[in-house]
Amino acid sequence: MNRAQRRNLQIFRTVVLLLMGAFLLTPIGAMLEFSTRGNGVDAPRTLEAWAQIGQTPGLVKAITVSLELAAITSLGMLALLLPTMVWVRLRLPRIRRVVEFICLLPLTVPAIALVVGLRPIYVWININVTPSILSLSFAYLILVLPYSYRAMDAGLASIDLKTLSEAARSLGAGWGTVMLRIVIPNMPSAILNASLLSVALVLGEYTVANLLNFQNLQVAVAYVGLTSAGTSIAVAVASLLLAFVLLMVLTLVGGRLQQQHYVPGQRA
Amino acid sequence: MTVAGSPVLTSTARPTRGGRLSIAWIGALPFLAYVGLFLLLPTAIIVIGSFTTPSGSFSLSNLSGIYKSYMVKAFTTSLEVSAVSAVTGAVFGALLAYAVVTGKPNGVLRRSIMSASGVLAQFGGVALAFAFIATISTVGFVYLFLKSHGIDIYPKQVWLYDPPGITLIYLYFQIPLMVLVFLPALDGIRPQWREATQSLGGSTWHYWRHVAGPLLAPAFFGCTLLLFANAFSAYATLSALLTNGGNYVPLQIQALITSETERSQPGLAQALALAMIFIVVVVMTVYTVLQRRTSRWLS
Repeated sequence: MNRAQRRNLQIFRTVVLLLMGAFLLTPIGAMLEFSTRGNGVDAPRTLEAWAQIGQTPGLVKAITVSLELAAITSLGMLALLLPTMVWVRLRLPRIRRVVEFICLLPLTVPAIALVVGLRPIYVWININVTPSILSLSFAYLILVLPYSYRAMDAGLASIDLKTLSEAARSLGAGWGTVMLRIVIPNMPSAILNASLLSVALVLGEYTVANLLNFQNLQVAVAYVGLTSAGTSIAVAVASLLLAFVLLMVLTLVGGRLQQQHYVPGQRA
Repeated sequence: MTVAGSPVLTSTARPTRGGRLSIAWIGALPFLAYVGLFLLLPTAIIVIGSFTTPSGSFSLSNLSGIYKSYMVKAFTTSLEVSAVSAVTGAVFGALLAYAVVTGKPNGVLRRSIMSASGVLAQFGGVALAFAFIATISTVGFVYLFLKSHGIDIYPKQVWLYDPPGITLIYLYFQIPLMVLVFLPALDGIRPQWREATQSLGGSTWHYWRHVAGPLLAPAFFGCTLLLFANAFSAYATLSALLTNGGNYVPLQIQALITSETERSQPGLAQALALAMIFIVVVVMTVYTVLQRRTSRWLS
């Protein structure tokens, strides 16, 4: 590249980065501005809308419920998916493609379409099993499958599962011990990754909850927005910041844990 | 299967196949039962519901319900918004990705843009609708700011709640998503190829027209399709923004399954869902094919 080309590239990069940066940052700034507006044209800035978050009863309940849903979904996902993936890799390799296909299937079924088929099932569950909002975790576990599968598949690919489990089994370990003391401690970053992705997805979920008539965080935010735009925008900013924090944790902790991976041959 | 021909062959050569349930399968049963109940059964309900009447007999009347003029309009509007936001998002996202790739490989800029894209690509839904209400609605920060400087972005009418507004809002997650999915392809481009073009007397235009362009084209079109499927599946933003309803496919499904009309024709929501799934499956299949083609060249 000659000097003129280099300069043109620099101009191009600066223009693109400034334009895109403005487009992506302005709405966040506007949300902060909007949520700190006072009551009236020349009223001073106020954190009234933010303070209202804690005093809106439906909102507090919805936040708690969404956090519970996130925890249940993450744990359920680990309990269902991880043993299955380990088992399939070790004992049923010929259905590995099938399991992968099933796990990635939710990517091609939009949530708004899936919920149409889930409704009759939920009518049954809510009458015969439990009417609790926590039953949403059944559906959420399906929604997080593709992301969790990819994260854990990468984790399982990075350890020598066969050797590790055979070594443990030959020393008398049962399958439970293999899972809890061999597999899980060897892929902490993949498990963390899958869990945080699940948490982020559940906290942002609106479609299924809204159309099955449950009030989770996002449904509550939309509802509060009808009466008090300031407060719902404050919650929206807060949830965005939470997502950023989750991602930062993911990158930082993930990077550190990555180095502790068992590498075949390294400790021989 | 169970009584077929040769029990000797099934029990010796392939001990786990055939009619008997092998011990290995039991380990996979919880998972298969779960996805069967919460993924495959709902899908089956949609497919069967689309082709049956409430009394259970076969019928195409649900699918023909899609041909009503307002349903056709809902599909064209949804497809149009998805296509325009996908193409525009792909172009701007690719430009941003290129600006990122030409910087330091492990620099702060690249890392922060990648992290931000990861979050913003997921930033759909209710919060996104409120973000744009806070920005360019008639009480929004940018609208008020521009208006006080003599610029009215709504000279005739407020278009935020119309397809152009929805398209603009969708760009907010389409551009970061494009950066995430297109960047690996750009990373695969070697600087040596450009040097080779130059040493053969080619200009920048020749390089893009004959070398980088054709190499990146499958990746670019593939990513555009992914963006299209992404926008087409979106529901939450529409629902939160258009509280009084609007003519988009997801909102038609919403109206059908939350209102009394469901009882008059319960299969129509299923038929719409089936049509959405069909469109997304076709688009994602082409995307997968193009991705494979890309990874053959750029890896």
